[in-house]
Formats: sequence, C-alpha cells, structure tokens
Amino acid sequence: MLVDFFLHLKSRQLPASTKELLALLEALEARLVTGSLDDFYLLSRTLLVKDEALYDRFDRAFGEYFKGVEALPGFDAMVPEEWLEQAARKHLSEADRARLQKLGYEKVLEQLKERLAEQKERHAGGSKWIGTAGTSPFGHGGYNPEGVRIGGESVGNRTAIKVWDQREFRNLDDSLDLGVRNIKVALRRLRRFARKGAATELDLDGTIAGTARNGGWLDLHLRPERHNAIKVLLFLDVGGSMDDHIQACEELFSAARSEFKHLEHFYFHNCVYEGVWKDNHRRHGERLSTWDVIHTYGPDYKLIFVGDASMSPYEVGRPGGSVEHWNEEAGAVWLQRMIDAWPRAAWLNPLAENYWGYTPSIGMIREVMGNDRMFPLTLDGLERAMRSLSK
Amino acid sequence: MKFEGTDSYVATRDLTLAVNAAVALQRPLLIKGEPGTGKTLLAEEVARALNMPLFQWHVKSTTKAQQGLYEYDAVSRLRDSQLGDPRVEDISHYIVHGVLWQAFECEEPSVVLIDEIDKADIEFPNDLLRELDRMEFHCYELHRTIKAKHRPLIIITSNNEKELPDAFLRRCFFHYIKFPDRETMQRIVGVHFPVLKHELLKEALEVFFDLREVPGLKKKPSTSELIDWLKLLLAEDIPPEALRAKEAKDAIPPLHGALLKNEQDVHLFERLAFMSRRKP
Repeated sequence: MLVDFFLHLKSRQLPASTKELLALLEALEARLVTGSLDDFYLLSRTLLVKDEALYDRFDRAFGEYFKGVEALPGFDAMVPEEWLEQAARKHLSEADRARLQKLGYEKVLEQLKERLAEQKERHAGGSKWIGTAGTSPFGHGGYNPEGVRIGGESVGNRTAIKVWDQREFRNLDDSLDLGVRNIKVALRRLRRFARKGAATELDLDGTIAGTARNGGWLDLHLRPERHNAIKVLLFLDVGGSMDDHIQACEELFSAARSEFKHLEHFYFHNCVYEGVWKDNHRRHGERLSTWDVIHTYGPDYKLIFVGDASMSPYEVGRPGGSVEHWNEEAGAVWLQRMIDAWPRAAWLNPLAENYWGYTPSIGMIREVMGNDRMFPLTLDGLERAMRSLSK
Repeated sequence: MKFEGTDSYVATRDLTLAVNAAVALQRPLLIKGEPGTGKTLLAEEVARALNMPLFQWHVKSTTKAQQGLYEYDAVSRLRDSQLGDPRVEDISHYIVHGVLWQAFECEEPSVVLIDEIDKADIEFPNDLLRELDRMEFHCYELHRTIKAKHRPLIIITSNNEKELPDAFLRRCFFHYIKFPDRETMQRIVGVHFPVLKHELLKEALEVFFDLREVPGLKKKPSTSELIDWLKLLLAEDIPPEALRAKEAKDAIPPLHGALLKNEQDVHLFERLAFMSRRKP
C-alpha cells in the first residue's frame, strides 16, 4: 500500500526514507485523516518532506501521481516563467465565454503536449498558445471553461481542471537570495578557533584537575580566550561589468567584515596586475604594489577573489592587455604569482554558473586558478568555496 | 485529545494536522517559518490546549546538547568539599537536571519546546538523536538510565540559519508555517482584538499587505508586527480615515516604526512614498 506513491516520490528526487513511509502508514492506521485527499496531501507532506525548499517539488510529484499526468514528459521544464507573467488581463463578456467551446480533458492534455512542442516564445492575449490572459486552454490568468492552469495566481475564474499546482512554495525553492545573515552563516564554515594572547579566562577543567592533583587545595588555571584564527585576503573586482552585482558584493563584504577578525581587502579592475588599491575613490592616487602585498601577508592567509571574470581574453593572456593602463606582464602571470603566494585560494563569481561557458576569459581564469576553484556567489557556492578553502 | 487551535491562537488546517500527527505518533515536530509567524507561541498554546505542562529550552550559540540532559556542578562540589559540607558525599546533589530530564521524569505527558535549534553548533541536533528517538539517556555519574515515563511531545523551532542533519530530520515531522493569507490574518487579528472597529481593521490590513508587497524590503513585517502596530493604533486612537489618507500609497502610514524594523527599509519606503507623491 502506498508503495507506488512512495516510489514515485523517490523517482522525483524527494529524499524520503522507508522509515518515513512506515510512519505515514502508521498515521493512516491511527485514522488521523479519513477520506479527504486534501488532508492526505497535508499529512503526507508533514511526514515525508523535511524541507520547505522541497515543498514545490512535492506538490508537483503529488499532483502527477494523483491526476495521472505523468504522461507529459518534461512538463515543468518546458514552460518558462516569463511566458506566464501576468502581463495583461483580458476581460471577456458573457457572450464570449459562451462561445468558447468546451474541450474534453483528454483532448486538452493532448493539445498541450503538441503546443509545448510547437511554441517557442512568450505569448499573451491570444486564443491558441500557452501564455497569459488569453482564452487558450493553456497558461494562466485567462478564461477557458476547461483550461489547464500552468503556474501563476488564479485570477478568480477558477475553472481550471488542474488546480493542484498552486505552487505556493515555488519561491522557497533552493535558490534562496543571499542576505547578509545567510552569507555570515556560510562564511562561518571557515572558522578555526585557536587560543592566543593573554590568559584571561578561567580554565575550569584545568582548575579542577589541578586542584585534585593538589590534594584538594585550590589551584587556579587561566587560559587565553578563543578567537577565530582564520586570516583572509579579499580581492574585489570593481567597476565595468561588476556594476550589476554591486548589491551581492556589498552584502558579502559586510558579512565578511564582521565574521573575520583578520580580513584585508583590496580592489582591482577585471584582472589583477602590478597594482591594487584599498580605497576605490582614490584608486589612481594610492596604488599599492602587488609585490608589496604578496610580501606583507604570509602564506597562512586565505585568498578570495570576487569578480565576474568577464573581460577580453587579452586582459588575462597578454602584456599590455589591460583596459586601464599599460601592463608589463600579463594578468595570468600576476594571478599565478598570487596563487603561489597563498595556495589556499578561491574565486567567487556573481554570474550564474550556467553562463560561464559563454565567456572565454572565465575559462582562462578557471584554468589559472586550477582544481575547479571558481564558485558561483550563491549560498551553495559559498559553502562549497569555504569547504574547499578549509581543506 | 486533539489540538484545534485556542481562543488566542489561530491554527490553520495544515498546522493542526501536523500537531495531531505528532501527538498521535509521538514524534518530535519541527516547525519552520518566517520570523513572527508564531512558531514559539505554538508550543505554549498546544500545552495550554491539551492541558499539559510545558518545559522550555531556549537554545543559544553556546548551548550544548548535554545541558538539556543534565550537568555535573563540579564547582559547587569543590566548594562544599573545601568547607567540609557532608552533602559532598552524595554526587546526586550536584547533578543539575536539564529540561529533557525534567520532562522525562514528569508524572504526566508534557510538552517540550526546543526553541531555535539552528542557533546551536552544527553537531547539536546529532547529539540528541538517541534521546529524541528512544526518549532515554544514560547518566554516567549516577550509573543510571533516565527513561521517559510518558513520551513528551517535542516541538522544535528553527529559523533556517543552519541546515539540520538528515538523520535528525528523518526522525521528525516537519511543518512550514507559511505567511497567513488575508482571511486567516483577519481571524488572527480578531482573536487578539475582539472589539476592533471593522473599518479600522480593514484599512489596517490594506496598509499592511500593501507594505508587504513593497519590493526590496529587507525584513517584511509579519504577524507579530501587525499585532503590535494595531495595539499602537488603538492606544493612540488613530481614526480609520487617517489610514485611508494614503490614496494610492502616497503617504507613510502612522506609527510605521512598529512595522518596519530596519533603517534602510524605512528610508526605502519614504523614498518610494515621495516618488509616488510627485506623480500627477
């Protein structure tokens, strides 16, 4: 009983275990819900899904199983959100509504499959294609007596056959936006506590052991406080193509500032060359020699670049390639020098990972960084970066 | 014994179902949700509704799992030994019972709240696996196993700051309190302010949901903020018309400090209000 349902969920990559299936059966046996499919939906969600990021996936899997629409391959992947944006709302007169002929459910799904195959772009307001605010049976925000609603809020007609996909939890799906707080928690993976400095804290265990050894006479022990001993060098790309990512970088910076006691930051443009700067307003006046930076901070520092690595390939590969000045040595040479000086390094890229392939300079920088040490600037990417840095 | 919400707590159908499943099958219930949607309150209300004693364990970043079981107070014993107190002979005087110990020894079924479990160290939930599963633990100092007389209902809240380990999640039921829709919100407010003027409530909810729609807010106001704000509105005796004055969102609602807790949010909102006022 329910084994098929369970296996169906598993096949949709929901991480449920046998233990939880048994709990669900136990709950049914205890008559916690009776009859209603809605209640069964809530109960099975409570017992089988342990993360709100997976609710959306569960909703889809549940809908598929109980409405028998598994027959539609790639149902979710083929309808991009932008088609469904509530662009316009078309108001139909009663006469119009009456004119819309009723299609059978089977036929509707059949047609949907065909349309999905044919349709290539966003569509609003017509009567055939999938999109918003039309009278086609597909899409949302429109009117058709027997429509299939694909995404979007219902506009109040409520005649869609398949309303299972309310998809209320779609926003919670894993791509959580980065907030300062989230970043801090991710950065916290890179903690290594060490005791250094003056002994100011009472060492309770030491005191007890010492006292016992002393035959019962108090023997106080003190020790230095625990600090996060991680040291970080942060190199931030500014200007040009990075303007789109200012907010993400600001948040990362402010989180890193409060998380690491030993944090030094420097700015560069597109690629590092012989000079970097600490204050972006005086970038031309107060340049620091990159050699000085390399000689100042020891190899125990961890090196983090933040930049989109998108530039002309010459800026990485050739002397004189920089857009701002004449550089005697190529960017890749400087990059290599820095990685040699600080072997624990990572590059955080605010561009989405699936776009990296389109920019040759990203490939070049990844090659110089080596070992797949470029990570996207998302929560997941940050965590991976921190894990790689603490190896 | 069924939980259906109380006179001061509105529980939606999905929430009551989750609580009742946890009660019936005696599993811990993990609750997540936006801050201010009543996660912590839930345990208190369940305890009140089902007439069971409540044990609360508020977790901090320094909390260790052991502290919920028991602690051996070595310092007191040391002091007593220095002073020659006869109590020092019996180690059980220096075992300080934690929240779980108290709940396990309780003579009637009880509710245990483990609040904000994600604040603690990453290993914290793993250290409680056996305790939550078998509802028993061993006290080494007394050579004795403490076993629950009645399995308590354990309610755990999390703000999602850390991922919880899989093994832990498998042992819990899970419910995500989603932000209440307008209808539910009306019921929630009705529970807190039974005599609120209908007009004021309507206008206030309008302003509140509009505010939640403002793009780019760092912290959207939640239920608890709405309740606070309504309290202020009542205390200051603000008439409903004052709220309606904000035609097409062109003004800042009175006492907005109760709704927006972030300086940047207030600035953003003032800027938006200013811009929309300039429009013809």
